[in-house]
Amino acid sequence: MADFDQELDASGLNCPLPILRAKKTLNGMEADQVLHVIATDPGSVKDFDAFSKQTGNELVESKEDGGKFHFMIKKI
Amino acid sequence: MDDKKLAIIATKGSLDWAYPPFILASTAAALGYETQIFFTFYGLQLLKKKLELQVTPLGNPGMPMPMGMDKWFPILGMTLPGMQGMMTGMMKKKMKDKGVASVDELRELCQEADVKLIACQMTVDLFDMDSSEFIDGIEYAGAAAFFEFAGESDICLYI
Repeated sequence: MADFDQELDASGLNCPLPILRAKKTLNGMEADQVLHVIATDPGSVKDFDAFSKQTGNELVESKEDGGKFHFMIKKI
Repeated sequence: MDDKKLAIIATKGSLDWAYPPFILASTAAALGYETQIFFTFYGLQLLKKKLELQVTPLGNPGMPMPMGMDKWFPILGMTLPGMQGMMTGMMKKKMKDKGVASVDELRELCQEADVKLIACQMTVDLFDMDSSEFIDGIEYAGAAAFFEFAGESDICLYI
């Protein structure tokens, strides 16, 4: 897995909390830094894709591993 | 991107119907929307400092009942004293178990994200409510003020 600057474990949280926590964390980060989000909500796969498209932040990686979803989001 | 606008009218004051306005508003704010929620009639319950929202299966055949309760209790059973409180307790527990945020939490997230919360002044007067019952940081306005924002919105929802 690629390098990241901050990690957010949103395991167990349901819509829309993973997105809201990710947004809050990104707010405190610098441009070009990468946030690694871990989630268990299956809806988060489409949500993080939509989040990136609408906010302009880049979804560098989105994958499932051992029942958890991992997202790498680069702040623009 | 940041000039998109979402206007919501929240008219319902039950635990289940408290979710759509706050979920959509907080998410929209995270996506960069400028967002306002106009609370009118029973929706004003969602602005109370102390939220005492309840859920009822009465008049709501679509509500899934826990433990097959609908088979054991005919609808009249749901009118028994304490039944609504019990259903509300079960719903809250289920939400917590599934990692669904509380209404308080979503409301706070909305306020942190600068979602503008507006109480319908007419309803406040109608129901003899007092601003001291409501959370801080809200505004009071009428229909014309809502249209000023809603008329420029990209999305407008009545909930």
